[in-house]
Amino acid sequence: MNPKTIKLIIFIVILTSIVLSVYFVSMDRDSIREGIFVTSAAFLTLFIMSFLYKDNPYYKFAEHLFVGVSAAYWMTMGFWGTMMPNLVAKLWPGAVRGVLPALAEKDASYWFVIPLFLGLVLLMRLSPKGGWISRWALAFIVGTTAGLNLIRYLRSDFIAQVNNTIIPLVDKTEAGISFWGSFSNIFVFIGVLCGLIYFFFSKEHKGFFGGAARIGILVLMLTFGAGFGYTVMARISLLAGRMTYLFGDWLGLIN
Amino acid sequence: MLRFKAAIFTLLLLLLFCLSAAAQTAEELSDTAALEEPVYEIPRLAQVTNFEAKDSPDDAGGEIELTWDLSVDDKKEDGLVSKYVVLRSQNPTSDFHIVGVANHRDSSYIDKNLKEGTDYYYKIVTFPKYQGEVRLTREEIDPLMEQYPELTELDIKDVSMLAEYDRDIMSVFDDNILGISRVAGPVKSRAQWFNSKDLDTLIIGLTICISVVIFIGMARGGRKLFLRRIGGLQAIENAIGRATEMGKSILFIPGIQDMDDVQTVAGITILGRIAKTIAEYDTKINMPVSRSIVMTTARETIKEAYLSAGRPDAYSDDMVHYITDEQFGYVAAVDGIMVREKPATCFYLGAFFAESLIMAETGNSIGAIQIAGTAMPAQLPFFVAACDYTLIGEELFAASAYLSGEPKQLGSLKGQDVGKFIAMVFIIIGAVFATLAALTGSEDILEITNMIKSWFSA
Repeated sequence: MNPKTIKLIIFIVILTSIVLSVYFVSMDRDSIREGIFVTSAAFLTLFIMSFLYKDNPYYKFAEHLFVGVSAAYWMTMGFWGTMMPNLVAKLWPGAVRGVLPALAEKDASYWFVIPLFLGLVLLMRLSPKGGWISRWALAFIVGTTAGLNLIRYLRSDFIAQVNNTIIPLVDKTEAGISFWGSFSNIFVFIGVLCGLIYFFFSKEHKGFFGGAARIGILVLMLTFGAGFGYTVMARISLLAGRMTYLFGDWLGLIN
Repeated sequence: MLRFKAAIFTLLLLLLFCLSAAAQTAEELSDTAALEEPVYEIPRLAQVTNFEAKDSPDDAGGEIELTWDLSVDDKKEDGLVSKYVVLRSQNPTSDFHIVGVANHRDSSYIDKNLKEGTDYYYKIVTFPKYQGEVRLTREEIDPLMEQYPELTELDIKDVSMLAEYDRDIMSVFDDNILGISRVAGPVKSRAQWFNSKDLDTLIIGLTICISVVIFIGMARGGRKLFLRRIGGLQAIENAIGRATEMGKSILFIPGIQDMDDVQTVAGITILGRIAKTIAEYDTKINMPVSRSIVMTTARETIKEAYLSAGRPDAYSDDMVHYITDEQFGYVAAVDGIMVREKPATCFYLGAFFAESLIMAETGNSIGAIQIAGTAMPAQLPFFVAACDYTLIGEELFAASAYLSGEPKQLGSLKGQDVGKFIAMVFIIIGAVFATLAALTGSEDILEITNMIKSWFSA
């Protein structure tokens, strides 16, 4: 059969299924609105899942719809969630009286002229000759972030790590020395030291240092394996959620 | 005679009715009196001692720390103290209001959200447990709460107990009914410039920063700083060469975080080096991004790379294009680009979340050579499983230094190695002392262990 004819048949089947689904779900829930929403969500899910077979026009449709809607959504969120409360309401509280009345009563804070200036400087990129000025704002963002994160990472990835690894290698309990407790402590101690050696870049991984680095990467791979299994289980639960929607909310086959 | 009997009977009935009505009225009157007069005797407990109020140290201002010695009644087993109620005023003699409660057996409280530079006075009330029943109805409690919003700090039982004493509840705190401490104050809250609790962070941070500055100076002075080879980096040039030979494009994904994430910064730094090679090889690069500032930065980086490669004419802004901020919308679009354009090489360098496996699997399915790098521990397993080369954690940051060869980055990496060396030394020393303390049970060795641990208390 001509491929075009096959595509047309598939299109007609899908279209008919959508119409029938809207009809039956609407009848079931006494609401055409519900029928349209539930059917749209179900068919868009199926369109996205069709990517598992191969790229196709239905996936493309869902993809472009998703990208378009989400881009518009985030733009709106950026305007109403950031620009209005964090800039306009701070500089000209009276200007937001109609839309954000709670913020309109506060005093103006003219410090926010600085982010306004940086924002405008960032827009200079649109100017062919003044594009270089936008680098100031970028440099400010990158530099400030690096400085702020230095303390955060130093505490969480360095200081806390050292503190938690200072442990006795022998786990002594009231009943005597615990074998598994001691094994666990020694494993953590050696694992952390070898992991640090693996990430030591000033020395070639050769001899004793190379052996320790190999143990380090082995420990990392063991951790990754456990992490892989854990995350896959979480993904399975997401799949179960989608299946519950399709077979429960849409088709009504499961409660 | 019959009429007389009927009259007597009627009179008796009337008398009975009157007596019954009088008895009922008396009962109602007695009930009202029960509510109006105290029927529950609030136990007066011993007040707290050594009560002091002082500006909270090492803070950004707006906090006052209260400390006291427990009430004698709170030290007893199964004591009568239920909590300590904190009262505050800006006047030493009146206008005290409830600002918070501390649990019984607690001997401190931090009062927050205060105006800096204002004088405050405090009292602590040793508050008893209520042994009776809650007799107030919702209709009675609501107006009380409306009149005294500070009562929300107390339980319904506490309010009921106070109401049994006096319906003008707050007067209980003025009468000599509860164990109320002396007034502490005046005290002002002030911000401190220096947080002594973070002294360890300062010393460690300074040590690493000074090391970084020294190494940068050494690199600038022309001294060759040794950095070991990083596996994944050897493959980058080969991967670009492969794309050139196949006449296909290179896909570069900088993660889904903004420029405020250090991983994105590292990814963009590596992009600079990759873009230069791409410009030299005259290969195509496609870089869909999910953040507008990343788009701007990436365009700047690639433009500069093309300029330094002597190919400014080959640069186009279309090489970097914005998709959407939405995580899975971005993934759907990237997957679509992958299966339609079939790039020969995919780079995933930056901060990734749940989208990592979806993208890496799609890249794998089209047969692209894939090089990934991230410091997100939960996503590394997926990249390790689905990509040809993976820069694990700090290798991503090291790679950007290695590739750029800039003194600043090389010095930074060497300085971090000093930090790792310090960490290893203290872990070994601390673990040795902790083990000795566990084996010998020596208090002195345990103290040394705790002292070493305290130097690393985040």
